[in-house]
Amino acid sequence: MIAFVVRRLLQGVFVMLVVGFIAFSLFNFVGDPVSLMLPPEATQADRQEMRVSLGLDKPFHVQFATFVANATQGNFGISLRLGRPVSTLLVERLPATLELAIAAAVLGLFVGIPLGVFTALKRDSWTSRAILTTSLIGVSLPNFLIGIFLILIFAVWLGVLPSFGRGDTVMVGPWSTGLLTTSGLRALILPSVTLAFFPLTLVMRLVRSEMLEVLRTDYIKFARARGLTDNAVNFGHALKNTLVPVITITGLQLGGIIAFAIITETVFQWPGMGLLFIQAVQFADIPVMAAYLCLIGLIFVVINLVVDILYYVVDPRLRLDRGGAGGH
Amino acid sequence: MQPVRALALAILACLPALAAGAAPQAAGEARKVLRYASQDDPQTLDPHAANLLSSSRVTANVYEALVWRDKAWKVIPWLATSWSQPDGRTWRFKLREGVRFHDGATLTADDVVFSAERALSPLSQMRVALQGVERAVKVDALTVDFAMREANPALLAHLTQFRIMNKAWAVKNGAAAPQDYKAREDTFASRHANGTGAFMVTERQPDVRTVLAAHKDWWGRRAGMDEGNLSEVVMLPIKSNATRVAALLSGEVDFLIDPPTQDVARLRADPGIRVIEGGELRVQYVAFDVFRDDLLHGKANGKNPFKDLRVRQAVAHAIDAEAIRAKVMRGFSKPVGSILVPGVQGYSADADRRLPYDREKARKLLAEAGYAGGFEVTLDAGNVQPAADIAQAVAAMLSQVGIRVRTNIVPQASYFPKIEKHDTSFYVLSWGAGVTADALYTMQALLHTPGKAGEGDFNLGRWSNARVDELVGRMRVERDMARRDAYARDALLVAARELPLVTIHQPLIPWAMRKKVSATVSPVNTLYFYRARMD
Repeated sequence: MIAFVVRRLLQGVFVMLVVGFIAFSLFNFVGDPVSLMLPPEATQADRQEMRVSLGLDKPFHVQFATFVANATQGNFGISLRLGRPVSTLLVERLPATLELAIAAAVLGLFVGIPLGVFTALKRDSWTSRAILTTSLIGVSLPNFLIGIFLILIFAVWLGVLPSFGRGDTVMVGPWSTGLLTTSGLRALILPSVTLAFFPLTLVMRLVRSEMLEVLRTDYIKFARARGLTDNAVNFGHALKNTLVPVITITGLQLGGIIAFAIITETVFQWPGMGLLFIQAVQFADIPVMAAYLCLIGLIFVVINLVVDILYYVVDPRLRLDRGGAGGH
Repeated sequence: MQPVRALALAILACLPALAAGAAPQAAGEARKVLRYASQDDPQTLDPHAANLLSSSRVTANVYEALVWRDKAWKVIPWLATSWSQPDGRTWRFKLREGVRFHDGATLTADDVVFSAERALSPLSQMRVALQGVERAVKVDALTVDFAMREANPALLAHLTQFRIMNKAWAVKNGAAAPQDYKAREDTFASRHANGTGAFMVTERQPDVRTVLAAHKDWWGRRAGMDEGNLSEVVMLPIKSNATRVAALLSGEVDFLIDPPTQDVARLRADPGIRVIEGGELRVQYVAFDVFRDDLLHGKANGKNPFKDLRVRQAVAHAIDAEAIRAKVMRGFSKPVGSILVPGVQGYSADADRRLPYDREKARKLLAEAGYAGGFEVTLDAGNVQPAADIAQAVAAMLSQVGIRVRTNIVPQASYFPKIEKHDTSFYVLSWGAGVTADALYTMQALLHTPGKAGEGDFNLGRWSNARVDELVGRMRVERDMARRDAYARDALLVAARELPLVTIHQPLIPWAMRKKVSATVSPVNTLYFYRARMD
């Protein structure tokens, strides 16, 4: 177990270095930030001086080494657009993104699993078919379109929910939360539903197919023969055995939700990291882009690690197989 | 099924409670709060750090200048009540008495001298607002002299953009220099403001909102300058076009400064919304590299066809500005034939003539120039609208007369560095004259031969005409306005004949608002809150 975790950690470090390298080298092509920071009438000497002071004149590998050394200490420099330290900006924006992502993940799980169970048990009812058909929309419509539809219906036509922003926020220590105010909660509904649509349908379809598989097995038939109640059979035995793939997918989806929140955040003007990133791209704000990509890479690495460890916890068979290769 | 049903019930139970918060607040009846949305968040609140529209839309409401403009865009006294020119190298300004900053301090000559130093410092992007000024000198508590390095007859127009800060406040908060990227720290003045304007910043959350409250002790209220009735303005950035429009339709915001043109027809159809429009002091154009002997990006048998006037005329004849107005701009433009538009000092109707759209004529001119078989060229444009769409339209139009145009549309952040290095043969650009609304600013940048002192900065095709240089040089020192306008007209006529660039149109700006808001479009696309009203 420890060897496995250590091996995974080393792989994670390698992945992070590659992400950092790609992020860093890509950014050499997005444009010259110096020309955006100085007035148009600045002389070549002014520009050169700015380049030197920002370290942009040094060779590529030196710039990269400095970048990695600073990044490991959480220092990503200063945003060229907002003129503030990138780490401060990310810390400010992280709560908004995480609250949105977690709300979406919770929604995905707590609606997706029951719906999956329902459609598996009542596979022939018209409600199930309606749910499955609707879920096709979830997997096939792009995220931003769902968001715009929801805005049209709930903000423009019905006028019950806000179309943009995060409402009022309250500071709990360094964490700004919108979960404690009515306007914050109302603002959370549309973006989190939008963001939850895809994982919800994925979880639902996954649970449904796994359930159908499990319901055919002998031990379920045996459980029914023993006269256990429907609830005990369906939830106590069948559902539990479908959870391993659900954990994998949920874990990977959580990373995906955080990363793809970019689009939802842009549509709803949600002041999270994704919005920060999009605006950084337009301004060629290299430090912010680099930090964002590294952070997303880190989140994926950590989530994968946690998922791998959860397997050990959930599935006793993996614990027996100690000598096995790491992961799956 | 119990858990499912319970969950569904729980969710349903929550909805009414949440929806209840949607009821509009009726309590603040007397308070007029304008919720204003735009695509961009101001990058900084520092009045000298950035020459960007998104920033000046806030700073122009918070900070004030010595002189300002009335509704007809004429220069009027503002923080200065009068001025004179004691000698050819000095301008003397008398300051208004009893002007208060938002923190209660009184405006003195020290603040003006300090602000001038700050705006002229190397990190300032607003040096243009003090063009020709060497330094400011205090004469007495309410008198300031501007010592000129070179004469600038249009100084007053430039000074409308020179915003004045409080010295003591800036020094105390370590903001004596405009935002310094080298210091690697937050500059206080980029997130806080202390001006003399009609509105003061009470809250600033980058990318979330900026809240301005009416400045109770504003001098303009006593002097009868106040035309509005707003008590608070909440400025909200909403990046996505669809969301911004939805927010106006649903009544969550009252005012959109930049409604997407494709949605304007829909907004007009809504009975609760008013759309108004006005001309921006801006011209969209295409320009040619007329400097190199061969074509940098394209194929024309080792020659540069754009050096031939007939080819430039052919391009002008081939561009259908009317079609661009109807299709690309959805009616929001006015085809023009001069780089200056009405409202800019020095505009002349004589010089505002575009060559008629005539494909046959264009083909004939190309054949005369020896390009009967056409040639290939790359048209560069930045990836912003409408420039990118205009580039596509122009490419299609030119292909009709045999010029095969490949468009190269690059992100704005790469586009400017590229064309500023003259790395282009043919490019789309727009130029706004609103900063000074004076001919010199535009003509010096676009028509003068590129030189060391910033002239010809945006003459990126490096066109050079001795007559135009001479006329622009005279404009720089001529104090008699009528004579100066005549020089401008002569230079514009040369440009109209020689076509170093082909003008397409002047954009019209639409503003959309709830019916209860009234405002008028300003030529620099900025809403001045002291002129806006709400019922």
